[in-house]
Amino acid sequence: MEKSANDLLKEFAPQLENPTKKWWLIFGIMVILFIFGIYGLIYQIRYGHIVTGMRDHVVWGVYIVNFIFFMGLSYAGAIISGALHLMKTDWRKPIMRMGELITVISLLIGPCFIIFCVGRFDRLHYLIIYPRIQSPITWDVIAIMTDIVGCLLFLYLSFIEDFAKLRDYKELNVPNWKKKMYTFLALNYKGTPEQEKRLKQSKNVMAAMVIAIAIIVYSVLAWIFGVTLQPGWHSTIFGPYFVIAAVYSGTGLLIILMWFYRKFFHLEEYITKKHFVNIGILLFILGAFYGYFTFSDYLTKWYGSVRMDKLLIDMLFKNYFWEFVVANYIGVIVPMVILGFKRFRTINAITIGAFITLISLWFNRFLIVVPTLETPFLPIQDNRMAWIKYAPTWVEISLFTAGVSVFVILMMLAAKFIPIVSISEMTEKQDKENIII
Amino acid sequence: MKNDESKNTRRRFLKLGIGAGAASLAGFAGAKMGASENNTEEKSGIKETIKVLTPDGKLVEVEKTSILPAKDVFIDRIKAQEGIAGRKFVMVIDLAKCKNARKCIDACQEGHKLPTDHEWMKLYLLKDSDATAPYWFPKPCYHCDNPLCVSVCPVGATYKRSDGIVLVDTERCIGCKFCMTGCPYSARVFHWKKPDVVVDENTPYSPETNIPPKEGTVGKCVFCPDKLRNNELPRCATACPMGVIYFGDMLEDSVTNGTETVRFSELLRDRGGYRYKEELGTEPSVYYLPPTQRQFPWERGYESLPDSIKSRYENIDVIKETFPKDNNPA
Repeated sequence: MEKSANDLLKEFAPQLENPTKKWWLIFGIMVILFIFGIYGLIYQIRYGHIVTGMRDHVVWGVYIVNFIFFMGLSYAGAIISGALHLMKTDWRKPIMRMGELITVISLLIGPCFIIFCVGRFDRLHYLIIYPRIQSPITWDVIAIMTDIVGCLLFLYLSFIEDFAKLRDYKELNVPNWKKKMYTFLALNYKGTPEQEKRLKQSKNVMAAMVIAIAIIVYSVLAWIFGVTLQPGWHSTIFGPYFVIAAVYSGTGLLIILMWFYRKFFHLEEYITKKHFVNIGILLFILGAFYGYFTFSDYLTKWYGSVRMDKLLIDMLFKNYFWEFVVANYIGVIVPMVILGFKRFRTINAITIGAFITLISLWFNRFLIVVPTLETPFLPIQDNRMAWIKYAPTWVEISLFTAGVSVFVILMMLAAKFIPIVSISEMTEKQDKENIII
Repeated sequence: MKNDESKNTRRRFLKLGIGAGAASLAGFAGAKMGASENNTEEKSGIKETIKVLTPDGKLVEVEKTSILPAKDVFIDRIKAQEGIAGRKFVMVIDLAKCKNARKCIDACQEGHKLPTDHEWMKLYLLKDSDATAPYWFPKPCYHCDNPLCVSVCPVGATYKRSDGIVLVDTERCIGCKFCMTGCPYSARVFHWKKPDVVVDENTPYSPETNIPPKEGTVGKCVFCPDKLRNNELPRCATACPMGVIYFGDMLEDSVTNGTETVRFSELLRDRGGYRYKEELGTEPSVYYLPPTQRQFPWERGYESLPDSIKSRYENIDVIKETFPKDNNPA
């Protein structure tokens, strides 16, 4: 069972070497989607935000939904990979890198949706040069920048050992520039006891820090909504609710990635049913929490007689009935049933459950953002009828798919650059005395 | 020729010793607040004289034509942040008089060069509960004393001034729209596209007028500080044919709708004045007088509208009930 680093390198080398036809095909499709998104963006810049579905009441649409969604995936990746790092159990090893990659890649995509959403992105630097600390957006700018630095650092620290191994592996059939990159990025890491100790310590510190940062940063994002007076947003539960929902969606994404990498890179030996079940149990617990928070939030709004809350709940059940069912019933019940009964716990079923989680959590964010904006304190009147109801246009959808395609592209490129199963982690001797931190 | 004439009158004017600056003139201009322009005397050729008070307290009589309108002092982005000294502006809207004539909206659109579909003033048809009667409800920006829009702005593009006015600096605004979600009164609107109005390119930008409008930024009612500096009423108050909108200074305790000037505190006391959604704690500067003893049935405000405007109200229950045929063209 135990394999040496060289065995693993030999086994994983084809992943990093010349791409297959299938790889190029998927890559090509993703690039086309990306170009379509760029076209949409240019169209929006040319004709203004009038080409989106957003109007004076629903001022935030799919762009902000995607922003919350991708940021959530990122923070979830940080919390999961940080926790996995600190757990010191053997089974976590093959999937850690995926968690780290989710963190950084989603974190690069999420803020782009803010750029699409602001009316004057040519003035985006004003956020830095004229900041007002009273504004939750400024908190968010600080938080996201801290997070990007922290997560990139954590990702890089976990890469160093593998870069060193790839540098030293002479039979690797990759272009010269790639080898040079490995040499440069390995930072002269030789694996001396001193280097090893330092690296380990810094990784432990960063793992703990990214967990803390992720929780704080996602709460800040939730407070952007929570501090306003709008019905549905003005809620004290939003900070923890957002964090739980984020980790739930990110766990789903991790399972989906495990399934894809396992299939395309033939990692059946490394990513086994045990991984799916273990992460699936985590999904089950988070699903229960998510369901509980959602229920708690809506019950208190529904039970009382506050007029605005009532209008919002009516809107959710009338105009957004199916979205509500998908987000808050199917998204909780189906994954929990799949994981709750042993006989449903197959790899494919768990992946389907995870996929449902991901979809439903997107709708959950949509239901947080849009219906609230459609139920302002003063009823929407004296307005063009066509301007009242929000529906995303092709421009918004093109940028949405572009965001997803960039995620896939970066995941594919990352897997071409570094083994998706961390070699250094796999070969690391388990240090019994080294318990958490 | 016109230039020469104005120079002459100006010189004469200065000789009279009342040219001590825009302020004294503005004091005079205040006296004719809300009076409609009357051009008939000019045509008849009779030189009409008018009495004015000089800064040193003398009453002098001058030709009406020699009085120049108070010169507009350009207020740049820095000056606009200060506010007019010693003032605290308030607006009182008398719901009993409003019949949805929409002149306030037209004057606002015209005066601030606002594009179509970008309206600062809105007219709602509210009905508080099943048994109560509907009423028309003009809604400008409330210029709150505890404005959430100002709190949430990440770049300081919107700010509260000493005179109570909340302004937007569209040269600073990044268009994040957070203020629009922060405002509980939906007072803010966005420039979704290139503004379809013609504005002289050389017009210098002032946050007090928000001319020229800029794509991708947020706009809202500004209480017309450019008019207030000349001691004139905001455009909506002047334009209203019913005298619905009273405007004035809380520190002077007086408000006027152009035809009558009343004590602000007495008006609120006698007519049961209130602020919309007081419970939100935003402390608006706009007060409402309840729609009691109404001068018009509310239906008239709908019937007289052109179809294009009528369609803006078709989603309201009380309109659907009262005017079923308008909504079923078949």
